[in-house]
Amino acid sequence: MGFKETGVLTLEDMMRAGLMPSEERLRKGPVALLECPEQIPCNICVSACPFKAISMDKIYDLPRLDENKCVGCGVCVAKCPGLAIFVVDVSKGDKAYITLPYEFLPKPSKGAKVKLLNREGKIVGEGVIVKAWEYEKTWVVTVEVEKNLWFDVRAIRIEGR
Amino acid sequence: MEDYRIVEHPIIDFKRGRKVSFTYNGKRVEAYEGESILAGLYAAGFRVFATSPQGDRLREAFCMIGRCSSCLSRVNGIPNTRICIEPVRDGLIVETQESLPDIPKVSREIVDVVEEIKDVDVLIIGAGPAGLKAAEILGGYGLRVLVATDHFRAGGQLVKQTHKFFGDTTYYGGVRGFKIAEKLISNLSRNPNVEISTRTFVYGYFKEGFFGAEKIGDPSLHLLIRAKYVIVASGASERSLLFENNDLPGIMGAGGAQTLMNEYGVKPGEDALVIGSGNVGLIVAYQLLQAGVRVHGIAEVLREIGGWFVHAAKIRRHGIPIFTGHTIVRAEGRDRVEKAVISQVGKDLKPLPGTEKEFNVDLVLLAVGLQPNYSLLSQMGALMKYLPEAGGLIPLRTRYMETSIRNVFVAGDLSGIEEATTAFIEGEIAAYTILEREGFAKAVEKRERILNYLWNEYRQSPVVQRSRDAKLKVTVSEEEMKRLRG
Repeated sequence: MGFKETGVLTLEDMMRAGLMPSEERLRKGPVALLECPEQIPCNICVSACPFKAISMDKIYDLPRLDENKCVGCGVCVAKCPGLAIFVVDVSKGDKAYITLPYEFLPKPSKGAKVKLLNREGKIVGEGVIVKAWEYEKTWVVTVEVEKNLWFDVRAIRIEGR
Repeated sequence: MEDYRIVEHPIIDFKRGRKVSFTYNGKRVEAYEGESILAGLYAAGFRVFATSPQGDRLREAFCMIGRCSSCLSRVNGIPNTRICIEPVRDGLIVETQESLPDIPKVSREIVDVVEEIKDVDVLIIGAGPAGLKAAEILGGYGLRVLVATDHFRAGGQLVKQTHKFFGDTTYYGGVRGFKIAEKLISNLSRNPNVEISTRTFVYGYFKEGFFGAEKIGDPSLHLLIRAKYVIVASGASERSLLFENNDLPGIMGAGGAQTLMNEYGVKPGEDALVIGSGNVGLIVAYQLLQAGVRVHGIAEVLREIGGWFVHAAKIRRHGIPIFTGHTIVRAEGRDRVEKAVISQVGKDLKPLPGTEKEFNVDLVLLAVGLQPNYSLLSQMGALMKYLPEAGGLIPLRTRYMETSIRNVFVAGDLSGIEEATTAFIEGEIAAYTILEREGFAKAVEKRERILNYLWNEYRQSPVVQRSRDAKLKVTVSEEEMKRLRG
């Protein structure tokens, strides 16, 4: 079953759509994953990127990332209306760092322990928030997770509500 | 008394007005200025607002935007008042109607109706994205514009769109829908050429050249409006679906729930099931989560998710299942939904016995499509085409958005169900066509640029192919339109 039946993207889907940065780039440091496999008429990420790392010819093209220009700042994470952009950093030791959009309560704060959710909403572990900032009510949260979860963790649940 | 108002929300800061109080069937209810009577009642825990004409079936509100009839009540003695678009005020007397109402006794409001003639360049019916955008452009060029909406607040359905819009920054891409409404309305309020007339129901067109409109207020006015040009942008209403007990309280349009929770900050229920996985169904599921409602799943009759993947991904990663190839077969409950049953469907989309799944929910949201509000255009005699894929009866129009009636235009969902970005664009196209006729030299050039963007870029996206095809079917050439006009 494909993502149009499941609502869940696989690594193969990402590769097929040409949305996956190279392994070499992944090893270098934080980089954006544009998880946007459909040609929706939207180009917000293009104007959002301060480094002009995302491009599109037509408004309905899939976004193209210039992985050499992307520094993994996460501005696109905050601005993507589809909440479809993540930043992953697998360059440091045995942990991975996932930056994801968050629009729920309670508000995130640095140091908070969170439940880690995969693309199907299943709890796959616990993590710690290492960074959180907000833009127009969308929080951009970076969590530290086990390294092998770098492609799995796509949401968090903060307890306490 | 219970209060179902949402206090803290991740996206919306609910700024509530002054506290007011009114009576409902003799009981005192407190609400906040700016709320509809219905929202105030819902917040206080009332769920049943009417019964079937025979009086044996309970009814909750369905659409919450003044389009269905399931909240009709008596307000200050006046029956058949849509309490979903009637603002709360101190001292109102609100009562349930027992099935069909009696003719009201003569009240002050009825005696004091004053007639007023209004002459404008452009009458715009509807204050949603299409109408407001058209008004902004026309008013900017100095034309006298009257925007009429039957709601007590302008903005149309933008006011409940809490997600950031897609598209291009030119059309507010990246901005949340309700923020766009705030911006447009505040721009328009500074333009002396534009009047937004709320609580104004344009009910018909007459051969003397007048539109008749009822402007409810204190006193109420009967407006006779004469306009050189008209843009009808009256939007669309939510469809219902046939299944057992589909009228139980707790079953409502997805947009109805959005109105309650996003416009008024009232929690529509505790446990929800959504029917339909188009963008509306996917988005409402996400918004329910944000409002603290548990969402048990989405049932989708087709094999594939109807809306955009990104919306589906957003809810899937918070654990909401999407049951493709499933439809709702019945709801159960006494005074309100207590249980909903879905079932797999076969190739013919009919339920397969023995495949039922049950959910203990108090809320079933129908997100199964919209139908255009064509009644005014139809009464005026505009030619229509029946197009199920675009929502039903759709007015024929030229690519400049002119209907079969000269100088009468259409824009937004009434012109075929699409979404807000194209509603803005269609409003602009209609506005520039009017400006062209008024002799503004640059209008044609601007219009062509937008037309090119709309047809040759935006609507080339494969995910909007369906609406593009539908719009093509109701768009006729100038020559063809001339022939049709006879």
